[in-house]
Amino acid sequence: MAVNPERPLAAGPGLGERIVDVTKRFFDSDIWYSFTRSPVIIVSAVITLIFVGASAFAPLVAPNNPFDLATIDLLDSFIPPIWQDGGDARFLLGTDDQGRGILSTIIYGSRISLGVGFASVLFAMVLGISLGLISGYFGGTIDAIIMRAADVQLTFPAILIALLIDGLARAVLPRDFHSEVWFYVLVLAIGLSFWVQYARTVRGSAMVERNKEYVQAARVIGIPPILIMLRHVLPNVMGPVLVIATINLAIAVITEATLSFLGVGVPLTSPSLGTLIRVGNDFLFSGEWWITIFPGVALAVLVLAVNLLGDWLRDALNPKLR
Amino acid sequence: MIAFVVRRLLQSIFVMLAVGFIAFSLFNYVGDPINNMVGQDTTLEQRQELRERLGLDDPFVVQYGRFLVKAVQGDFGISYRHRRPVSQLIAERMPATLELSLVAAFLALFIGVPMGVYTGLHRRGFLSQVFLTISLIGVSLPTFLIGILLILIFGVMSQDINAALGLSLLPQLPTFGRGEVTQVGWWSTGFLTQSGILALILPSITLALFQMTLIMRLVRSEMLEVLRTDYIKFARARGLTNRAVNFGHALKNTLVPVITITGLQLGSIIAFALITEQVFQWPGMGLLFIQAINEVDIPVMASYLMMIGFFFVVINLIVDLLYYVVDPRLRADRAVAAGHQ
Repeated sequence: MAVNPERPLAAGPGLGERIVDVTKRFFDSDIWYSFTRSPVIIVSAVITLIFVGASAFAPLVAPNNPFDLATIDLLDSFIPPIWQDGGDARFLLGTDDQGRGILSTIIYGSRISLGVGFASVLFAMVLGISLGLISGYFGGTIDAIIMRAADVQLTFPAILIALLIDGLARAVLPRDFHSEVWFYVLVLAIGLSFWVQYARTVRGSAMVERNKEYVQAARVIGIPPILIMLRHVLPNVMGPVLVIATINLAIAVITEATLSFLGVGVPLTSPSLGTLIRVGNDFLFSGEWWITIFPGVALAVLVLAVNLLGDWLRDALNPKLR
Repeated sequence: MIAFVVRRLLQSIFVMLAVGFIAFSLFNYVGDPINNMVGQDTTLEQRQELRERLGLDDPFVVQYGRFLVKAVQGDFGISYRHRRPVSQLIAERMPATLELSLVAAFLALFIGVPMGVYTGLHRRGFLSQVFLTISLIGVSLPTFLIGILLILIFGVMSQDINAALGLSLLPQLPTFGRGEVTQVGWWSTGFLTQSGILALILPSITLALFQMTLIMRLVRSEMLEVLRTDYIKFARARGLTNRAVNFGHALKNTLVPVITITGLQLGSIIAFALITEQVFQWPGMGLLFIQAINEVDIPVMASYLMMIGFFFVVINLIVDLLYYVVDPRLRADRAVAAGHQ
């Protein structure tokens, strides 16, 4: 491959080739092969990508901005979807009680749902991996304490723990302050209810790796434990951790939606999919079904797609099932 | 055996102490309890006197001990919002939640197990594919969404759908509250009136669906596992009928994990009931708890937590002990493990 001499690659001549190499290896891999073999998985991946893309670029994608008070008009409220009598071409899926387009609120709502979902999975992952590594690598009393805490937590369902933490935050924080930091409160509440799975998985592998010769060799030449854990033990457990993270993303989105539906999640001023369903639920009996059903369908489709991806990833990364 | 029971009991007590500690901290350190009891014009001296009379100046351990003693006696203080003893409120609401949870658990078990057995035996059958698809939807749809969909179909649109199809296919079902209830002692039951039973249908299906899919998938995978074993092949070689092999040998051996999981799930059904209760405005403990969170009604929050914690610990304990009694292999495993240590 000829490198243009006038525009040399910043990180040396090897980078371009390396990217090509990695890409080639990816397309040669078993995972890519099993991906192309399954239409359901391709559809799920496309749906997930559409959701992620639409929520990342919500201001560009959404037909109207539901939070711009200048553009919403109360006269536009309760317009049914376009294919029903009285539909309006500006609002494809109809409008809610305040005249906001349902399609736009769904796009902005997925942004919040996915944002909370990704952040809480990341938080649970970092916390779980750290505790699992510490627990498995050092063993002894620390291990016993962490694992007993995990046992106690596992006896309660995640939703209850998230609800409790969120309720606690509401009780402790002043109301004004809470309406500013709700995002972090939610991420903390959901993340804290999911760390156990990561910790258990990582701990198991760390205990196995700890006794292998290369780790002992690294210890002998004086590499500090934290480096050994991060550089040598962690890469060996990333496969299962990724699978858990994918499935957890679906559960985290559901948990956030449930909390919001119960009225203790995100505030009404920045509605997630769960909030939209909660708000729309009030209008179910007066016949405006679209306000609650479309966000509901969006949530279900998103969760189903991510779930399918997670299931597939688990099978694809498991050599025993090939 | 005795060592196992004792260790398990100690563990349960430890969990309850931890839950109690959280509940106690909620009580004492979130906000000022005195402020929640007195009016604006109470003087500082009066406040201090009340504080001393209630023992809020005592050392931490003393207060925690007193809290535990009271909790064991069922005294959880007075709700800030309802101005009534919390134990009374919970006793009023508990029958609703327990009736809903039990019906849902029965539904999940008696529909989930046959579906699981069927999909396990007929892996490639058309009906199996249908069941598996339903179960995937059951896992992906959040509980509250299932409830809303059921309300839409059976509560709002049933007449329209019937009219459109020209036949009375869908019944109109109640979507709100418990219907008429009858008092039996302190227990209020909805089982004895027609409206009470009708009101139970939609909420219990909503609550049962997730557990049902879980049980179905579990039974299916256990069946598949067992059907591969040598003793099943041997039973077939002996010329036993399919029925004897499938139900006498295979199903029997899958039931131990199923019983365990179902037992454990009973706890989560009670916890998940709070979502269903919110959707259907079912007057149970969960609804009380949600309102308490929204209104920062600490005594109610704390005692709901203690209640649920207690349910979970007792259920886990019973299931663990049952498991130990039912499955002789577990005892052997433990003996081996103990020998190696």
